Amino acid sequence: MHIYKPEQEPAVRSLGPENLLLKGATLKNTKKIYGVSVYTGMETKMALNYQGKSQKRSAVEKSINAFLCVYLCILISKAVVCTTLKYVWQSKEGQDEPWYNQKTQKEKDTFMYLKMFTDFLSFMVLFNFIIPVSMYVTVEMQKFFGSFFIKWDNDFFDPEIKEGALVNTSDLNEELGQVEYVFTDKTGTLTQNNMEFIECCIDGFQYRQRDVRSELDGFTVTDGPVHKLQPKAGVEKEELFLRALCLCHTVQVKEAGSEETLGDRLDGMLPKPEEERGFIASSPDEVALVKGAMKYGFTFLGLENKKMKIRNRQNDIEEYSLLHVLNFDPVRRRMSVIVQTRSGETLLFCKGADSSIFPRVRPEEVDRIRLHVERNATEGYRTLCVAYKQLTAEEYMVAETGLQDARLALQDREEKLMAMYNQLETGMSLIGATAVEDRLQEEAAETMEALQGAGMKIWVLTGDKMETAKSTCYACRLFQRGTELLELTVRTLEDGRSKREERLLELLRDYHKRAVQDAPPVRTGVVTRSWCGSQEYGFIIDGATLTLVMNPPRDADASLYRSLFLQICQNCTTVLCCRMAPLQKAQIVKMVKNSKGSPITLSIGDGANDVSMILEAHVGIGIKGKEGRQAVRNSDYAIPKLKHLKKLLLAHGHLYYVRIAHLVQYFFYKNLCFILPQFLYQFFCGYSQQPLYDAAYLTMYNICFTSLPILAYSLLEQHICIEILLDNATLYREIAKNAMLRWRPFLYWTLLGIFQGLMFFFGVRFLFSNPALQDNGQVFGNWSYGTIVFTVLVFTVTLKLALDTRHWTWLNHSAIWGSLAFYVFFSFFWGGIIWPFLKQQRLYFVFANMLSSVSAWLVIIILILLSLLPEILLMVLRKPRGPLSRQTAAVTPLSYKHLKERC
Amino acid sequence: MMASSYNAKEEDGHHHPGSVGSGGPGGVKSKKPDNTAFKQQRLPAWQPILTAGTVLPAFFMIGLIFIPIGIGLFVTSNNIKEFEIDYTGVDMSSPCFNCSQNYSWNSTSSCSCSVPFTLDQAFESNVFMYYGLSNFYQNHRRYVKSRDDSQLNGDKSSLLNPSKECEPYRTSDKKQIAPCGAIANSLFNDTLELFYIHPNGSRFAINLVKTGIAWWTDKHVKFRNPAGGDGNLSIVFQDTSKPVNWRKPVYELDPNDPDNNGFINEDLIVWMRTAALPTFRKLYRIIQKKKDNMTPTLPPGDYILEVTYSILTINVTPDYPVRSFDGRKRVILSTISWMGGKNPFLGIAYITVGSVCFFLGVVLLFIHHKYGNRNNNADIPN
Repeated sequence: MHIYKPEQEPAVRSLGPENLLLKGATLKNTKKIYGVSVYTGMETKMALNYQGKSQKRSAVEKSINAFLCVYLCILISKAVVCTTLKYVWQSKEGQDEPWYNQKTQKEKDTFMYLKMFTDFLSFMVLFNFIIPVSMYVTVEMQKFFGSFFIKWDNDFFDPEIKEGALVNTSDLNEELGQVEYVFTDKTGTLTQNNMEFIECCIDGFQYRQRDVRSELDGFTVTDGPVHKLQPKAGVEKEELFLRALCLCHTVQVKEAGSEETLGDRLDGMLPKPEEERGFIASSPDEVALVKGAMKYGFTFLGLENKKMKIRNRQNDIEEYSLLHVLNFDPVRRRMSVIVQTRSGETLLFCKGADSSIFPRVRPEEVDRIRLHVERNATEGYRTLCVAYKQLTAEEYMVAETGLQDARLALQDREEKLMAMYNQLETGMSLIGATAVEDRLQEEAAETMEALQGAGMKIWVLTGDKMETAKSTCYACRLFQRGTELLELTVRTLEDGRSKREERLLELLRDYHKRAVQDAPPVRTGVVTRSWCGSQEYGFIIDGATLTLVMNPPRDADASLYRSLFLQICQNCTTVLCCRMAPLQKAQIVKMVKNSKGSPITLSIGDGANDVSMILEAHVGIGIKGKEGRQAVRNSDYAIPKLKHLKKLLLAHGHLYYVRIAHLVQYFFYKNLCFILPQFLYQFFCGYSQQPLYDAAYLTMYNICFTSLPILAYSLLEQHICIEILLDNATLYREIAKNAMLRWRPFLYWTLLGIFQGLMFFFGVRFLFSNPALQDNGQVFGNWSYGTIVFTVLVFTVTLKLALDTRHWTWLNHSAIWGSLAFYVFFSFFWGGIIWPFLKQQRLYFVFANMLSSVSAWLVIIILILLSLLPEILLMVLRKPRGPLSRQTAAVTPLSYKHLKERC
Repeated sequence: MMASSYNAKEEDGHHHPGSVGSGGPGGVKSKKPDNTAFKQQRLPAWQPILTAGTVLPAFFMIGLIFIPIGIGLFVTSNNIKEFEIDYTGVDMSSPCFNCSQNYSWNSTSSCSCSVPFTLDQAFESNVFMYYGLSNFYQNHRRYVKSRDDSQLNGDKSSLLNPSKECEPYRTSDKKQIAPCGAIANSLFNDTLELFYIHPNGSRFAINLVKTGIAWWTDKHVKFRNPAGGDGNLSIVFQDTSKPVNWRKPVYELDPNDPDNNGFINEDLIVWMRTAALPTFRKLYRIIQKKKDNMTPTLPPGDYILEVTYSILTINVTPDYPVRSFDGRKRVILSTISWMGGKNPFLGIAYITVGSVCFFLGVVLLFIHHKYGNRNNNADIPN
């Protein structure tokens, strides 16, 4: 706007939100502007919206910490037991300091309690390998390298935007396999945010533009030429309606060609390359409407010098001077323009949501149109009503001054404007309604169905109207025909006579009774519910009611309301929250996140209004959609399309979870059976902290001998192949609730470790009851003992992993067999040379001598076999109830045998 | 052993019909990920599945292999002749009782005792003579580390400046001890001799071979006498002191055989290989089989074990003292098989595991049959 020109009289103009240039705006129609910067630094929207991005930690990490505590306790108790026993043992005469093993003077002089303490510390050092420090390194490596597989996945590549998936964090890979709640945005996520004018209704008559719509690969082919309208309503009304469509908007015409590249880059603007005329608007609905009007013969040519030009059906140019734009805002939910025709008539056109228009028009007109509006809404279209009003000169003058005053008011400008708008937009006459379709994303329904099949509960959080959102849910098969809908909206609250709060409580109680108490008891197992034909519930709540639930007038009720609400929601397969503000989205996510059992939540969205929700949820997914990169930048993972979510969760998430869970358990296990023999050895060496293994073995065990196979496993394992994971969403439920890292599996692994540790130690102990193990009668010493135990250990632990590996790529082969070969090679090498830098040549030829003993070979073989026997046995016995059980087979026509063949 | 299917998925992972040609030259540089098998997680993989059907034969196989091995081991172990004499002298009646007592000890005379024993069976082939100690913690940490391997390896500088680990057996009389450390200091020094009592009453000394009792690599590489002195070890070791408990210096361990003297004395080497457990045995001597092959190495009959105690200087008892810590001293005569000394453990273990596997195989077969039928039934309704 021109504020001041030198030759003009200074005039007072107001600056409002419409004069604000936001970040990323581009100049149009002018070379330069003068501006004042408002909102800088911490006051900018970006800074205000910035939530301290707290570090997201996965459930796996929490389990690791819990396990770590257990092992820490084991470590400390081991050290305490050894220290105590040491002093008990030493109290016996002649044990502490026999003649052959005198202490140094310094040791003798040391104060007793200090000695005890240092002994305790020595035991801690000796057993510290039980804490798998190297696990953290491996886990980090696994996560880092593992995240590349998402980036590399060709299935995530979208040819339209020529981009694949984006991984912003590698910490949450496994969390993708644990999702219980999915919070999804509607517009742009479930739907394409690609509006299309479907039909309009003028004066109660329906005008459908196309009867046949060909739907091929997600792209609608429009039958280009202008459709003949069946004259149902009067021509005058028709034209009035179409003019209204052409005038009542803030769309700008994009000049063909020159600015195309510029337009492409604009955030939130829609370049329309398929027409010779492009339209740019802040809302895609408006573009759809203008284009809709164009198809009926009224083309909006642009705005020049406050004159709107329209080419009408007769190809004449009509000019209207734009007097005022009463902007759209979410409270009024309508917008208006005041224009003046050439003939001097002043007209007000208003379009808006039905609920905001209907009260402002003559009631007798409403009924005819309401029918259409409601039907359209249930079909999933976004509906708008159009009304107009003719202003007399006096009326306009009053309005003009009123608006001017309101705009210039320094205080309460908003309120004054609002009052003025409301005053103007009354007594209009309704001319018609429009229906615009926001088409579903590709495979949205399939994806949602798969996610539900995987046991996830889907919450749709949208700012849209309930009817629209509901129909989208139906279209996405989130609500099915049999789903019983529980509504908790302003409307249901108001139809009773009682007060809203009371009604709310009443409804909540009622729904709670229906959905929670009367529902068949849900088995709290890993595999649960809903396939066996029990009633499914859908829950609908709107923003206003949610505010009431979250912040009830009486604080005392807050927890009651919340818990009722949560319980209802948890028993519903789908929850639809409409009319949500961005902040409320985050609020809901937070509420679910902190509810009982702290379920893992996932938010998916594409726009800036989803950022808070994306940041709040455990896993935030951004869609590389049309609404800019805000969501993508704040997300943990970004995918080009909604349909990619299915593979991301069901295949990648599942695999990552299984991999890392196994990795964690395996690390604890392998360190336990590594250090247990060393602990047991203390009972045979006078609790003297004598290590069983050589120092080189102690350090190399986790670094070289056993690290690569598990890393290869944790990167490549596919215990079930990806296709089957995608086909059978129910498989996802088997790892739900951190199934592989609960205490039971942990106990199993720990017991396995203990069993094997006992085997290793005592097997060799019995062998060494006669240490003459070579055929030349020579005897083995303590280092041979340790080396035999260690050899059994390395082989057992590696072969145990080999047993667990279901997917042997050449990398697994080389890691597993390579590690074993390396161990043998290293042992030969380490024992083959007198190392000049070593004080003691403990292992000199120990390994080679061990291999020359038949008994050592035999004991190694039998101990390995015996240690793995329970595992093999369990594996065989568990199969009938195993991961691909009959339950799965009942869901899918595939039986285990088929799976095996296909895999 | 495993049911397996080899699965090489075709590497063409195109799921987007529209993505063809996105990598064309001159076009917009595509960020399309490489379509390699690795990156698409489609590496060809072998996917073994352990099922009852595949494990069953394995169990039977293991059973069939292990039981014979176990029986073989057990029989071998049983065929090994082993004879053990405890000569600690705890009992008053024991011939070595006197020598193990403090009061009867006269410092000028050495103490020796004869332990008679009878072999019921002939010992064929080479017989190995071990001494065994119990409750002797050779694996105590303070003890295990109390040595200097570079000194024992003949390193001159270590000879005169042994490792600190040898404390408190590092120096005596301001001279460095060679070999230093607690292990060497407590070298087992009872002299054991064996006599055969011929039925006619005459007594024949049995030839005990002192060499071949230590690991070859230890004797030839790990342990070495320091160079110099023209082979005269007393010159080489002249600036060192003998370990405090020893009666004679290291170069007099076996004055008759230069290849078994000093650090490369095999008794020392054997002792220096610390035992794994507090009750252990160490190879002492070898009785080689007779050349004629007709008479057994040790025919059945009466024998006398003559124990001569050399005196440990700091000690109050004449013998190698074990009674202070409730220890025991034994002599073990044993033949040796391909699996080493007598130890029934391995044989029993193999037989047990073999039988368990076999038994499991039977049980699994049973379960497998039952389960297999049930599975078929369950499939029908679908």
